[in-house]
This record gives sequence, structure tokens and C-alpha cells, in this order.
Amino acid sequence: MRNPLTWLRRNLVVIAGLGTLAYMILPNVVVTVFSFNNPTGRFNYAWQEFSLDAWKDPCGVADMCGSLSLSLQIALWSTLVATALGTAIAFALVRYRFRARGAVNSLIFLPMAMPEIVMAASLLALFLNMGIELGFWTILIAHIMFCLSFVVAAVKARVLSMDPRLEEAARDLYAGPVQTFVRVTLPIAAPGIAAGALLSFALSFDDFIITNFNSGNTVTFPMFVWGSAQRGTPVQINVIGTAMFVIAVLVVLAGQMVGNRRKKAQPK
Amino acid sequence: MTTTAAPPQAPASTEPPVHKPSVRKRLVPYWLLLPGILWLLVFFVLPMVYQASTSVQTGSLEEGFQVTWHFGTYWDAFTEYYPQFLRSLLYAGTATVLCLLLGYPLAYLIAFKAGRWRNLLLVLVIAPFFTSFLIRTLAWKTILADGGPVVAVLNNIGFLDVTSWLGMTEGDRVLATPLAVVCGLTYNFLPFMILPLYSSLERIDTRLHEAAGDLYARPATVFRKVTFPLSMPGVVSGTLLTFIPASGDYVNAELLGSTDTRMIGNVIQSQYLRILDYPTAAALSFILMAIVLIMVTIYIRRAGTEDLV
Repeated sequence: MRNPLTWLRRNLVVIAGLGTLAYMILPNVVVTVFSFNNPTGRFNYAWQEFSLDAWKDPCGVADMCGSLSLSLQIALWSTLVATALGTAIAFALVRYRFRARGAVNSLIFLPMAMPEIVMAASLLALFLNMGIELGFWTILIAHIMFCLSFVVAAVKARVLSMDPRLEEAARDLYAGPVQTFVRVTLPIAAPGIAAGALLSFALSFDDFIITNFNSGNTVTFPMFVWGSAQRGTPVQINVIGTAMFVIAVLVVLAGQMVGNRRKKAQPK
Repeated sequence: MTTTAAPPQAPASTEPPVHKPSVRKRLVPYWLLLPGILWLLVFFVLPMVYQASTSVQTGSLEEGFQVTWHFGTYWDAFTEYYPQFLRSLLYAGTATVLCLLLGYPLAYLIAFKAGRWRNLLLVLVIAPFFTSFLIRTLAWKTILADGGPVVAVLNNIGFLDVTSWLGMTEGDRVLATPLAVVCGLTYNFLPFMILPLYSSLERIDTRLHEAAGDLYARPATVFRKVTFPLSMPGVVSGTLLTFIPASGDYVNAELLGSTDTRMIGNVIQSQYLRILDYPTAAALSFILMAIVLIMVTIYIRRAGTEDLV
């Protein structure tokens, strides 16, 4: 560290990278700090005084926890269905040669290559024309639709890197097709399926644009936050935001720890 | 991917073994595809058809809409809202460039320099996916508040003079200006840039760096001639994953901007949900889709990486 300029140049990447990380984490810090605020007006944008009120009574705001549990239900169901349908598609695409494979590939890719609002609006056009009432079911249908492509992408990546010789070996050892799939194929594909499921849960739980178009009067958690930006934001929103961040970090860290232990246990 | 031309000592092929399949077996892929593809056909393709028909309808909310093949709606919608289209592309483009500039060092840091911190850094990049992005976007209102510390610093170092000159801010305010919207867009789509960048950087064999160094390449040259070209797939998919959703976004423009920063997403949203002018809304969203698809196609051709999907 004789020359500070040389030091700076050598560590430029680290400094710039950590700067970006700070930019990404800053709003989370603000959300956390302001969950301990006691705002005077309707809006929680300026710091007033420290208070634990919101943390003591996180569901103290009308309709907020209801919307939260609705979002969780929708995210769980759409993850379940999208993961099942998407995993099947991914296996078909990687493991089989069939006609229309190119067409199927593009059909899967298109929802990811389109601005969300275009899909949101076209679904609304469908539901309006068919006279379908907007609500829980239309939200669920929409979420399964856009989560599907992401699951296929995640599972496909994993299945592509699988060694088919392992399944051949299982078959040589007289395992039936079902046994091979359950005991060999599925465990190896599991990280990809888990990644797809996690991604679709996060996407569904956090989705705003498609839900905004297709929810009618049903209020999911993002819809509640959106409404509160106009009416006045209760501090409890920050409590939920903080709790979600902490839970997410813990879940992902725990998942990685399990993955690492498995890797170590596996002889190379 | 043919296996016949492979030299005899080539590693075992990863293709599935070729049997003579029975009819029942040949149908397996179709059964696997059926439910998912049906879902996409009914809830992705069919809606597009309905929206196309909506866009050529005329009529009113009271009397009902009828398909009259009135393509004039497209022209009227475009001429009326081309400023919003231009603004969307400009904001989304600026945010994409900023995401690339900000995201690359972090992806590089995680891929090559993080060591045992790698997992923690990755978690910090992914975690925002799981916490409500609306709440975090609202937090920017606090961060960029008038007279707040961030704005005061930006003002003191003369940053706001430059952005005012560029037309990105007005006076000593940041909130309700284009800068705030671009800042929010950049923030919200950064993970979509960093993750693809990281996964393509991570695949690079670091021995290539050493080899370049042994051949007397300076670090900057190594980056320009080895690292960056090899990370191109990540750059292309990262910029696409950022630009496409950003071009249709209306949340940032609504929460952090003003009526002067309305993007095309805001127009489509209010046409569909507030004004209830369905044909115009449908036409607008098809124009947006066409613009994005054309730009993406040209971009992918230029970047020369067609094996992204």
C-alpha cells in the first residue's frame, strides 16, 4: 500500500462491485429502519421517532394480512402446478426427439421475451371477451402461465447437464422405468426442479403487473402495497418487507448449506 | 449434434441411446408436453388472438364493441402516444446500460474474487427477488426525498447540475424527474443483469487469464480480449432480461415519476383499466410488442449469439 493510486487501481473491481451491492441493499436497509418508525401523517416517508408498535402488531392494519395470505396461497398453487407442468415439458424437450420440437421451444421462450404488460393486457382481453369474472382463479391461471417458462428453463439446464449413463447403469441393474425415474433421474434433477419452484414462487408472490390487470376486486399483497402508496402507507408494510427479506436470506442460505454438505458427502 | 462423425477416442456421447421405439414409447414426449403446452396455447396464444381482434374493433363501452377491421386505431394510437413510446425506449435503454455498467463489476467480483464470500454475495443478489419489489421501490421515495441527504450530496458535488443540463432532473429535486424513474428501473432490474453475467463469467476457465498474462497481456487487455468476449452470452441475455421488462414497466414511472415521465406502460394501463378504451389499449400493446420483438431480433443477430435459448 505504498502508492494509494496503485492500490485503488488494483482493487477497482472490488470497490465498484461492493458499490453496486450497496446500491442494491440500500432500499432494504431503509425498509428495515422505517419499520421502527412512528410516522405522524398517513405516509411513512420521513423519520419521526423510534417505536416498536408495528412489530408488536404486524396484522394491525385492516385487510393487509388477508392479502398476504391470499398471495401465499396463489404463489403455492401456481408453484405446484407450474413446476409439475414445466418439469414434464423440460424432460420431453431434453430427452426426446420429436416433430414440432422447435415450435415448442419458441412457444416456451416467447412469454419470457415479451414485456409483461403485453401478456397482462391480452389475458384481460380474453377474460373480458369470454365474460369470465376476474378474481382468484384468473390470477392463478395467469401466474401459472408466466411461471411455466421459467420452470422449464431452470429444469432444462439441469437435465441437459445430467449424465444419461447413470440411468443406463440403473437399467442394466434391472431397475424398471419407474424405479429408474424415482431412484435415479428425479434425485439428480431435483436441484433444477427446486430452483424452478423457488423462482416461480418468488415471481408469483411478487407479481404486480399481470395481477393488476387480471385481479378485478381481489387484493393480493402487491396490490395492497400499490393501493397504500396512494392512500397512505402503514408502517406494518415495512415490517412485512423486513421479515420477508430475513426469511428469504435464511432460506437461501440454508438451501446452500444443504447443497454444500451433499457435495462434500459425494465422492468425486 | 451428430455422433457418427465423432473420432473414435471421443468421450462417450451424451445423446440418449437410440432404440427402435414402440408406438407407445413414441407418444411419451407428447403426453409429457400436453398439459403445459395446452395451458400456454389457451392462456398465452389465444389471448393474443383475442387482443388482436380487440385492436380492430370500434364502438363504445355503452353500445358494445364490434370487429370492424378498423386498422386506423393503430395509426391514431401511435401518432398520439409516440412521445411515451420514445420515452419508454430511452428510459429502458438507459437503465439497461447502467445495469450493465453497475452489474458487471459485481458479477466479476462474485465469479473471480469473492472466494468463500461467494455464496453470501449471491444470496444478497437473489434475496431481493423474494421481498416485495413494490415496498423497495417505495423506499426510493424516502432515499430520494427532497432535501434528503442523498439529494444534498448529489447537489453539492454538482451532479444535479449535469443531470439538469441533460434534462434528467429539474432544479435541486430528484423525485418526480426522469432520473428518479431511471434510478428505480436500474435498481429493480439489476438482479436480472447480474445473474446471467455471473453464470457466464463463472464458466470461464481462469487458466485462460493466466495464459494471457504469460503472454504479456496487461490486465486491461486480458479483460478486453479474453474475459469480455467469453462473457458475451451473459451480456446478451442480461441486457435482454433487463430491457424487455423495463420497456413495458409502469410501476417505477408511477411511483417515482410525474405526469411528465409517463411511459407507454402507464398509458396502456390507464387505457385498459381506467378509460376503458379497449381497442386503443390493445393496439398500443401490440405496437409495443412489435417494437420490442424487432429490436430484440436485430440485437441478437448483431450480437451473433443465437444459441441463447
